[in-house]
Amino acid sequence: MTRHTLGVLGRSAFLALVLGFFALPLLWLASAPFDAHPSITTSVPEFTLRNFRALLDNPYALGSLRNSLIQAAASAALVVVLAALAAYALSRVRVPGRDALLYLLLLLSSVVTGTAAMVPLFELATRLDLIDTHLGVVLALSGGLLPAAIFILKDFMDATPTSYEESARVFGASPLRILYDIVLPLVRPGLATIAVWTVANVWGSFLQPFILLRDPDKAPGAVILYTLYNEGGAPRLDLISTFSLLYSLPVIVMYVFVSRRYGFRFHGGIKR
Amino acid sequence: MIVLSGLTKEFPGGGSGIGGKEQGKVTALDRLDLEIGDGEFFALLGPSGCGKTTLLRSIAGLETPTAGTVRIGDVDVTRLPPGKRDVAMVFQDYALFPHMDVTANIAYPLKIKKVPQREARAAEVAARLSLSELLTRRPGQLSGGQQQRVALARAIATRPKAFLFDEPLSNLDARLRLEARTFLKRLQRELAVTTIFVTHDQSEALALADRIAVMDAGRIAQIGTPAEVFQRPATTFVASFIGSTPMNLIPGEIAGSVLRAAGATLPAEGVPDGPITYGLRPEYADLSRVEREDAFGGTVAVVENLGTAHLVTLAVGDPYEGTFVQAVVPEGEEPALGETAWAVPRPGRALLYRDDLLVTTTTMSGAARTSSGRA
Repeated sequence: MTRHTLGVLGRSAFLALVLGFFALPLLWLASAPFDAHPSITTSVPEFTLRNFRALLDNPYALGSLRNSLIQAAASAALVVVLAALAAYALSRVRVPGRDALLYLLLLLSSVVTGTAAMVPLFELATRLDLIDTHLGVVLALSGGLLPAAIFILKDFMDATPTSYEESARVFGASPLRILYDIVLPLVRPGLATIAVWTVANVWGSFLQPFILLRDPDKAPGAVILYTLYNEGGAPRLDLISTFSLLYSLPVIVMYVFVSRRYGFRFHGGIKR
Repeated sequence: MIVLSGLTKEFPGGGSGIGGKEQGKVTALDRLDLEIGDGEFFALLGPSGCGKTTLLRSIAGLETPTAGTVRIGDVDVTRLPPGKRDVAMVFQDYALFPHMDVTANIAYPLKIKKVPQREARAAEVAARLSLSELLTRRPGQLSGGQQQRVALARAIATRPKAFLFDEPLSNLDARLRLEARTFLKRLQRELAVTTIFVTHDQSEALALADRIAVMDAGRIAQIGTPAEVFQRPATTFVASFIGSTPMNLIPGEIAGSVLRAAGATLPAEGVPDGPITYGLRPEYADLSRVEREDAFGGTVAVVENLGTAHLVTLAVGDPYEGTFVQAVVPEGEEPALGETAWAVPRPGRALLYRDDLLVTTTTMSGAARTSSGRA
């Protein structure tokens, strides 16, 4: 009996420890921005809104969030459109070696990541005159995300019965029309998934925009966060914490919105 | 008029061929010729894998034939895409678009063809199929029968030259299927549009079709009216496939105008001597408790209740190696298990097959072939 109680106690204590380990940084994110003297420890804040004023005085802070938004939205649009077209073709057309191609792309995109591709990426962008443009960043990031997006979306499309499309074909619909009218509405949860995933990825990318952008006016939030240090090289915790809070809010809002709007439900339509 | 000539379709091998080589092709359609008249209700009947669905899909344009031509009306449509053939297809799973309501589903083909006032036309067709109450529902909110009517309405709305139905009734439960069958037949009569449907259910084909093509291994085994196919199956394959109870096919021998099969001695004038298969539908055999020469005697092995009648299986000769002969016995007259009885063929009802093909004779097709109401 006592052993049982001790067991429960031990388990609870362990869980509390793990929970604390993950919760404290989040708690810091919520409290530090409102603290007059933030440190790297979590404490009851000495309440103030001065940190926000200080952040607004930084000429790049708000602009960088706008840049993040531009780059994330453009990448998401590009990835969704291209992945939808590619996944549909790969799902419906029998190409020899199709699966091998897909796995190879997936492998390359995950192995040859930022650091390894840094020099060629910069070289390529320079030659294409894409240095210091949003387009350059969008293309570089989308290219890296596309294989996985195609892979995920192809799975969704494989799962939709072909008789819908055949039915539309007999009525005379063109392939693009079928994709737009029939297939895309059916894989909407898949589209929402890869859109959210792309936005979250681009939002958090640091290396590619850091390499490809010179002008701090175009830098996204992740890069600007890196500049919030004082002359001596010490982090300005008041600015970093405040900016981190503002920086994470849009992504949280997006998650809430998407799961409300596109909640992952399925309609039945095929009688089995 | 739909004319198919020399239609051949080969699929690349599934890889599990006995030869082990990759070049094993599967021939789904084998130089097939077929002519379907205007306004005809035509059934493609056969077991699964016989090529009937491939044939239907070739007419729709969803499969490209390896060789041969498809003509609809005066146009050779062999190389035309499905949308240019002016046919409408209803799929086995109905393929209603789950994200559109009933109106949008029915109007979808009209939207593709840019028909003006399509919502009104869709509503009109829906009313005809008693779907007016359901116009704003999604397919997931409809019963199986309602889904089928929406699929039909969507096909009808396009006013095609021909309807193609792939197993139109197989997704309905048994009772609904009979209602839907009657409904479908009436609808086809009213619309008078050429209709081709695929089925593996012989009773469905007999009940609905004006003409039936029985298919076996990519070829047509027999084409004819339901009465012809039922009464005079051209091959033993058709004979065993058509009929709610399978036909008795009893191996025998003819010598000097006398047929001996499974212990029975029967007259067979005008048929050359040699081995023969004696075909007799269980419905055309009467059961006798008195020994007869011209009947198949045996012990009652199985009695199956068919409702208004019983299907009796007699073991003729050795119960383990012997032949089985079936007879349909009216209710109340069924024998007990183990009893000895004789299955007496009704005159003029038997069919003789040699090398799996029907032997046409004068004697066997004697007086008694009145067209029975059952066909």
